[in-house]
Amino acid sequence: MIQLSNVNKRFGTSSTAITAVDGVNLTIQEGKIYGIIGYSGAGKSTLIRLLNGLEQPTEGFVEVNGRKISSIGGRELRQARQKISMIFQHFNLLWSRTVKENITFPLEIAGVKKADRERKASELIELVGLAGRENAYPSQLSGGQKQRVGIARALANDPEVLLCDEATSALDPETTDAILDLLTSINERLGLTIVLITHEMHVIRKICHEVAVMEAGRVVETGDVLQLFQSPKEPITKRFVSQVTEPEDAKKVMSLMRQDYPDGILVKLAFVGERTEQPVLASLIREYPIDVSILQGNISQTRGGAYGTMILQLTGDPEATAKAIQYLHEQGVQSEVYEK
Amino acid sequence: MIETYLPNVDWTKMWDATVETLYMTAVSTIFTFVIGLALGILLFLTAPGHIWANKLVNLLTGSIVNIFRSIPFIILIILLIPFTKFLIGTIRGPEAAMPALIIGAAPFYGRMVLIALSEIDKGVLEAARSMGAKTSTIIFKVLLPESMPALISGITVTAIALVGYTAMAGIIGAGGLGTLAFLDGFQRNREDVTLVSTVLILVVVFILQFAGDFAVKRLDKR
Repeated sequence: MIQLSNVNKRFGTSSTAITAVDGVNLTIQEGKIYGIIGYSGAGKSTLIRLLNGLEQPTEGFVEVNGRKISSIGGRELRQARQKISMIFQHFNLLWSRTVKENITFPLEIAGVKKADRERKASELIELVGLAGRENAYPSQLSGGQKQRVGIARALANDPEVLLCDEATSALDPETTDAILDLLTSINERLGLTIVLITHEMHVIRKICHEVAVMEAGRVVETGDVLQLFQSPKEPITKRFVSQVTEPEDAKKVMSLMRQDYPDGILVKLAFVGERTEQPVLASLIREYPIDVSILQGNISQTRGGAYGTMILQLTGDPEATAKAIQYLHEQGVQSEVYEK
Repeated sequence: MIETYLPNVDWTKMWDATVETLYMTAVSTIFTFVIGLALGILLFLTAPGHIWANKLVNLLTGSIVNIFRSIPFIILIILLIPFTKFLIGTIRGPEAAMPALIIGAAPFYGRMVLIALSEIDKGVLEAARSMGAKTSTIIFKVLLPESMPALISGITVTAIALVGYTAMAGIIGAGGLGTLAFLDGFQRNREDVTLVSTVLILVVVFILQFAGDFAVKRLDKR
């Protein structure tokens, strides 16, 4: 279990101090994939570095699996770090070492014997799908392959926690998905806790169990990923959720539809879990004398279940329209009416 | 044939002088490499934000490096005469040239080491720290291998400068091709001796440059 209590981190002298992390309390259960999302400058990079002691908090304490990272140092901290490994946005491989030598590096640090290092490296190369490339140098690999080396290297000392610092932000969408699948399967097979930071809601949606939203050094919202998608509370969370549920062109379509049908009401519906499988819309059309056009529909798969959104235009008698919206509420479908 | 064009060249003397030059260059390059590395690493690690961040040590090392780098070599030799006499027992011959050669070149190379180390991606250092690496591991397994091409091309440049320094040291009687060119060639008006000595110095320089470039090419996997 990872626990942060009242953690503050300030940089610089007191007069010009910048508060990177501001009063953060977090608890991360073992075996979970925990996402921390925020825009750049929100303090998430500093926060994740507090977990392996690359940064020490100004106030508060950080505990990872019973070890008080914020109050140990020297040899004890170095040994703790062998069980809390990290992967990076820009991979940070040693260019002077081959794939295999990069993977054995943390084992050399831990003082593992040569034969055992070789054996472990071969296993990991197999695990991350790089068989045949063990003697290549990083410069000969693609971005996705480099991150696989980074992951293999991070797993070398059988860590309890894997920290991912924007691990997919430098990769193209397809490679991102492949790396995310690899992280999911590692989480399931090895049971290690993964903490990742990102600015992409797609990453959170695809692999995280739980999420924390950061803004200006503070954690403003936390919770189960599906729940957060269903009912984001903070404005920033809504913006992140709309990253995956409202593509840009839908917004354009909506403004066009508004021009074409000034009478219409635009409603955004959110379906969660089992709701996505029930014919709510069909019964709405049958029971109310209104016209319904679907502007945009979308279903996202999260670790906790499906989450769908749909944007409708309702035209017709205002009273019937109001009743129809009421009906949707009764059916447990969340709806949000867009102002004209 | 050779006798007609180069009447004054004594080839035994020429060979001995070449060996002396090579000897002075080789020994002083080795010492310069080790001392320069130590200086460069110290400057790098004591800079703000690094593992041994220490303003005082950084400032002191930086000042020493800058002072010795700025003194013209010919003056440095003269300034170091008492030190050389104390250390070597004489101020003549190849050995007597070495303290000045090393003290002149090591700070120069130290700066090059600092530049080479500064070019290493900060992320790689962070990654090594995140794995729980000790400072010695970071120095020997990250800093040095990751900057090796720049370290080698730096020592090549320095070794070539040292060949030039040995020639200068020749004026005060250090031996080698410089002494030969100056005392036997220039001062006795034997142009052929000066010419052959110069050509041999050039050959040494070209071989050094070629060897350095070749090593860098082989080492650089980026």
